[in-house]
Amino acid sequence: MEPILECRKLFKDYTSCRALAGVDLSLYPGRIIGLLGPNGSGKSTLIKLAAGLLTPTSGEIFVAGKAPGAATKSLVSYLPERTYLPDWMTAQQVIDFFADFYADFDAQAAGDMLHRLNILPGTKLKTMSKGTKEKVQLILVMSRRAQLYLLDEPIGGVDPAARDYILQTILTNYNPEAAVVISTHLIGDVEKVLDQVVMLQNGQVMLCATVDDIRAEHGCSVDTFFREVFKC
Amino acid sequence: MTWDLKSDRPIYLQLVEHLQLAIVSGRLPAGSRVPPVRELASQAAVNPNTMQKALQELEQSGLIQTQRTSGRIVTEDTDRIQATRQQLAKNQLDAFFEQMQRLGCTRHEILSLVEKELSIV
Repeated sequence: MEPILECRKLFKDYTSCRALAGVDLSLYPGRIIGLLGPNGSGKSTLIKLAAGLLTPTSGEIFVAGKAPGAATKSLVSYLPERTYLPDWMTAQQVIDFFADFYADFDAQAAGDMLHRLNILPGTKLKTMSKGTKEKVQLILVMSRRAQLYLLDEPIGGVDPAARDYILQTILTNYNPEAAVVISTHLIGDVEKVLDQVVMLQNGQVMLCATVDDIRAEHGCSVDTFFREVFKC
Repeated sequence: MTWDLKSDRPIYLQLVEHLQLAIVSGRLPAGSRVPPVRELASQAAVNPNTMQKALQELEQSGLIQTQRTSGRIVTEDTDRIQATRQQLAKNQLDAFFEQMQRLGCTRHEILSLVEKELSIV
């Protein structure tokens, strides 16, 4: 099987610091992958490189065998850490906007999810709370039929009940052809739905294993394991 | 059924135990259809691949069989189900005796405590 995301000796330097220091990684379709690591370990940088928003300083990155660019945008559904949607639009307008933009967008599914989360389609983004805005954005991203989902901190501002619904949505949308990468600090909430955990530290992959392997080897949850490894 | 999963042990092992219990207790009767992987995964809120692994484990132990066209069914071999049930009961007993020994109970004490408990129930 061909990896959906592959990194070879990937480096990314910003003016004042090195964000990624030689990442080698292959992620395969049909997996839900947790991208974990302390603040500043390079999670968002890696995701932005895969989304084609940044270019590598050196090394290579491939999405479905291609360098990130115009051709991979249609394969990748990216949830940024910040909202970028115009806030004068209503929920329905952003759905229409996405339907125009992406051929693989399922407007019906998006409408259903809005309804399930009790968000009125006529509400303007400007008047929504932070958590509700995040929900809308996640609905948009998950309603595409993409091959690679890149979710940068998708559940941070969302209440626990909605969090469960969102994780359930990720599970029911599970597609053996697609991979889902979730970067998050809320490890305890997501670890049951993950296949695989990739832990970054100082811009390098320090661990790449399945959740059950970590539990079997260390006799604790991934959450507890993380707290021990990165104890301050 | 509710899936109460602990955070310190591998998830697939807990799923195996959960399904074993459903089978030996008759909630999933001999010969009945096992729900599809996705449905079970969604119910338990776990990754479908983890659920798949648990079902494969149960297949290997013979509690579940895969049929070419109609998915998975619980085995019709009631002896095997009975044997699994006894094994699970034995595990519970072993754990119980270990706890009682830690409390310093003698065989005699354990026996009289169990008898007393049984006469109440």
